[in-house]
Amino acid sequence: MDRFFGKKAPILALLLVLSMSALSVEAAPNGKSLYDNHCSSCHGLDGNGGVGIPLSLPSFLNSVPDSYLAKTIRHGRPGRVMPPYPHLSDAQINAIVSHLRSFSPGNVPEGLDILVKGDIKRGKKLYGQHCSSCHGMNGEGGQGTGVTFSRPRELPVIAPAINNPGFLLAVTDSMIKMTLMKGRKGTPMQSFLKKGLNEKDIDDIVSYVRNFEKVKSTSIRTVRRNESPVMIFDSRSDLKTTIENIKSAAVAANFRVIRVQDLEDGLVAKGEENNREVIVYFCNFEILNNVLAVDPRVGLFLPCRITIVEREGKVQVMSINPRYLSAMYNNDELDKFCDEMHEIYTNIIEEATL
Amino acid sequence: MRLLLSALFVMMISNIAIASESEGLIIHRSTQAFPEAMLSLQNSITEHGYTLSRVQRVDIGLTKSGYKTDKYRIVFFGKSNEIRAVKQSQPQLIPYLPLKIVIFSENNETLLVTSNMTQFASLAKQKETKDLLERWNNDINSIFRNVK
Repeated sequence: MDRFFGKKAPILALLLVLSMSALSVEAAPNGKSLYDNHCSSCHGLDGNGGVGIPLSLPSFLNSVPDSYLAKTIRHGRPGRVMPPYPHLSDAQINAIVSHLRSFSPGNVPEGLDILVKGDIKRGKKLYGQHCSSCHGMNGEGGQGTGVTFSRPRELPVIAPAINNPGFLLAVTDSMIKMTLMKGRKGTPMQSFLKKGLNEKDIDDIVSYVRNFEKVKSTSIRTVRRNESPVMIFDSRSDLKTTIENIKSAAVAANFRVIRVQDLEDGLVAKGEENNREVIVYFCNFEILNNVLAVDPRVGLFLPCRITIVEREGKVQVMSINPRYLSAMYNNDELDKFCDEMHEIYTNIIEEATL
Repeated sequence: MRLLLSALFVMMISNIAIASESEGLIIHRSTQAFPEAMLSLQNSITEHGYTLSRVQRVDIGLTKSGYKTDKYRIVFFGKSNEIRAVKQSQPQLIPYLPLKIVIFSENNETLLVTSNMTQFASLAKQKETKDLLERWNNDINSIFRNVK
């Protein structure tokens, strides 16, 4: 037996590797499984929405072509929470699209690839009158994400950002036109034919929306990837004084100190904690409430905290870097909060350590 | 033979790693309501050998301050020996310790969110620390899988 494996083993192992590779190439991707793994945490297991928009609305699924869904999965919505999925194969994305269709079986629209030519200037005026109250003056969309924390349960969707590069890449002119003409049942989007616009008006709005592609993106997310994950400052004071300084500086910045504890508190037996590593937790509940409305996943920043550490007589003050963490969320609105929090952390720590 | 089997093992492991390292956030949906999901989470954390150090009740603080909110908690946990080892070898990671999982109610279901700790591997100079971050990540995924 050993002799057999000894001589044939390399060949058998090679065959095993090749056969496994062949299996993985030939096996058809399982759309449900892929959806459950990559999409359901935000969009819900049945596509009813949550942090992400509901995907099971018949008025949505029956008005978008497969290409729109596939491009949306592939490219995401930069700065609007929905991440891109560059690592999924075309076959995997198509399998997810097929699974999405199972939420609301019906006609898949065809022939939605016709270019629309309208008057951009006139479209801008009409857009300002009829669309900007929901979609924003510059097509930036409604604020927030997530049922409950930022979106009341009776409101199924937030107005999409129609100036978003991911949206403009996925959507066709005639899809925008059809949405404007028919509206989308179950959402606040109404038929603008019924609201008094004619087809020419709608063509002009479509051309104006398409023109958002020419406006340069202001996203700064790529810059944020270069940020350090942590902020570390040396303190000129001893540990006890630095802790008190941090508390005073947080209060001066309109935060409430909610807890001061050893880092090891609760992890080791009482009395065995290293009391040269102390965390000061503080909170401004108004800011907290506002930031949860922007992105309920933001708890990884919470509560605000600064850690003070003494090693070999040297005291250091450390914090997470909100600007680094914000890059994980793909949420432009959150980025603005994180810029503010970065400044607040910096001010508190500088005031406490200088 | 050993070389080929090792190669096969590395191929399999790397396929798994690609899926888990592609995202900075790890998000998991539980079909359980918040109280049941919270109980499952705490049990799962302890079953994986971690100590729960504290639960921050964010929603209570918000409600006391006059804001309307649904259930929202943060669970802190860790293994004392591992936390101490990381603090010693890689003090830059201290602001991210102990480990934490955000858990909040979304209608009749519950969402759990945490960060993929392997993204901080660039801060770790020692292989042991990188391995530990990888294991924490695997454990967190396993903890989430137990919260059905």
